Amino acid sequence: MNPFDYSINQIKETANLLRQDVIKMISLAGSGHPAGSLGMADIFAVLYFKVLSHDLKDPNWEDRERVILSNGHICPILYATLARSGYFPIEDLAKLRQFGSPLQGHPAKKNLPIIEASSGSLGHGLSVACGMSLAARFNNKNYQVWCITSDGEHQEGSTWEAIMLASKYKLSNLNVIVDRNAIQLSGDVSQIMPIESLKTKYQNFGWNVIEVDGHVPEEILSALERSRQFDSGPKVVLAKTIPGKGVSFMENKWEWHGKAPNQEEAEQALRELGVDL
Amino acid sequence: MEEQSFKSIRDGFGEAILELARTNRDIVVLSADLAPSLKVDTVRNMMSGQFIECGVAEQNMVGVAAGLALSGKIPFATSFSEFLIGRAWEQIRIDVCYNNVNVKLIGSHGGLSTGEDGATHQILEDLALTRTLPNMTVISPCDIFEAYKATIEASKIIGPVYIRIARPKTLVLTNSDSQFMVGKINILREGKDIVIFGTGPILGEAIMATEEIKEKSIAILNVHTIKPIEKEIVIRFAKEAKLVLTLEDHQVIGGLGSAIAEILAENSISVPLKRLGVNDQFGESGDYRDLWKKYGMDKDSIVKIIKEN
Repeated sequence: MNPFDYSINQIKETANLLRQDVIKMISLAGSGHPAGSLGMADIFAVLYFKVLSHDLKDPNWEDRERVILSNGHICPILYATLARSGYFPIEDLAKLRQFGSPLQGHPAKKNLPIIEASSGSLGHGLSVACGMSLAARFNNKNYQVWCITSDGEHQEGSTWEAIMLASKYKLSNLNVIVDRNAIQLSGDVSQIMPIESLKTKYQNFGWNVIEVDGHVPEEILSALERSRQFDSGPKVVLAKTIPGKGVSFMENKWEWHGKAPNQEEAEQALRELGVDL
Repeated sequence: MEEQSFKSIRDGFGEAILELARTNRDIVVLSADLAPSLKVDTVRNMMSGQFIECGVAEQNMVGVAAGLALSGKIPFATSFSEFLIGRAWEQIRIDVCYNNVNVKLIGSHGGLSTGEDGATHQILEDLALTRTLPNMTVISPCDIFEAYKATIEASKIIGPVYIRIARPKTLVLTNSDSQFMVGKINILREGKDIVIFGTGPILGEAIMATEEIKEKSIAILNVHTIKPIEKEIVIRFAKEAKLVLTLEDHQVIGGLGSAIAEILAENSISVPLKRLGVNDQFGESGDYRDLWKKYGMDKDSIVKIIKEN
């Protein structure tokens, strides 16, 4: 059961709050990855506040649905979501990337045990998610596993190793959400290393494919619910997103993959997100 | 287990893993298309519900193992050590060691003893690659009995463990009753003038060498656990000795030789040290005894060094 069960309007408001958090966090830290974090805000809001079965009072609940953030660099959106869910105080978000902080530059289970696994180096998370899906089968559990990854991450060969294994073992409790924002660190995905057609590739590997606009909460909700209900094999939701969504000068600019806004830029971004400065 | 003079280390692992799988439903064995070579085909055939075939995809296998361990299982990921520790080292570092999860890594074909397959398959860097990783325990059994015991003991440790095993039939140095404790050095031979710290099946060469040199008091210590290494006994023996030798089927850079040198240096023990092993080279095809001879690690090389010093 989802502990929030938000309405679409509440999800929209939450997504906007998460975007504000992301800008504040990265601006304060002076480094971090804003584009992907902003682009995934709507999906995180739908997932955590409507879809995901989790328990705030018992983060290690054995039947919880698992979320693996494979593209760990967008952890500001994960941290903001966990804080807004109530897993830790919202004030702690100001400690992103600081010395002694549980909010490491990339997610660290050692420092923040409520996350499922550490990540940061690309091409790892889907394998770990496959292991968790298999464990559910071994342990006769029904929980779903949600692995969040990016289009750029599909350039890692190990991702395809995991895609093959999930298909072989018909991991029908495994849901992958791909942030199809079309940028990566140093350029557009289509220029750095094309991955098209991702849809056909997944289909040919034996996966169920759902495509969605990653900024329309109603559609995201429908896509995630359909994904959960597929029970004939692994499922992937290809979510088209706009990197930097909500901040005009960041949108669709690969240059904002891993750059913090300065104070002036942060203020403009926050005003665009509706903060009265 | 019948006691014979030459046996394959990997058979000790094979026997132990089948026993473990049968008695503990949380044990899961992962293979990367090398089940027969790793002696886990018995698990595949008899305990198929606890076996996952990952295909030739070692990075994914290690990540899957981490996911299983994060969910309470006790995965044993198996492959040739070159492909497991070499290829999947980053998954081992992040998914296994950084998460600090209960994954056991079983790497076979460690060292020149791999023989005819040649340099690509003879990993000589795995002990160095694993002993630098936080949270990792590193075990290098010397024979079939130690491999069996190491596997059973590894299953009791909560955390990452790497066990290095080897392919050929090598001299059996211990027996089923010999004591084995992870993190403890075993004294194979008492002595005080010269002390040989060795690891793995190549310790048999040290045993044979000392049988030829009756005039000197030579200790042979079996360092089956490379990490954590038992410093106290190293210090105690080295302080008394006139010469310290290290012996390993591995690069002397980063392996047991380095580990012993670090202990000696940090404890201001001034004693001549000779490190026998592969010295910054790749291996090649051949019978493993011929390779050990060529690379200066066999019985005759040990005898020569002891007589010269």
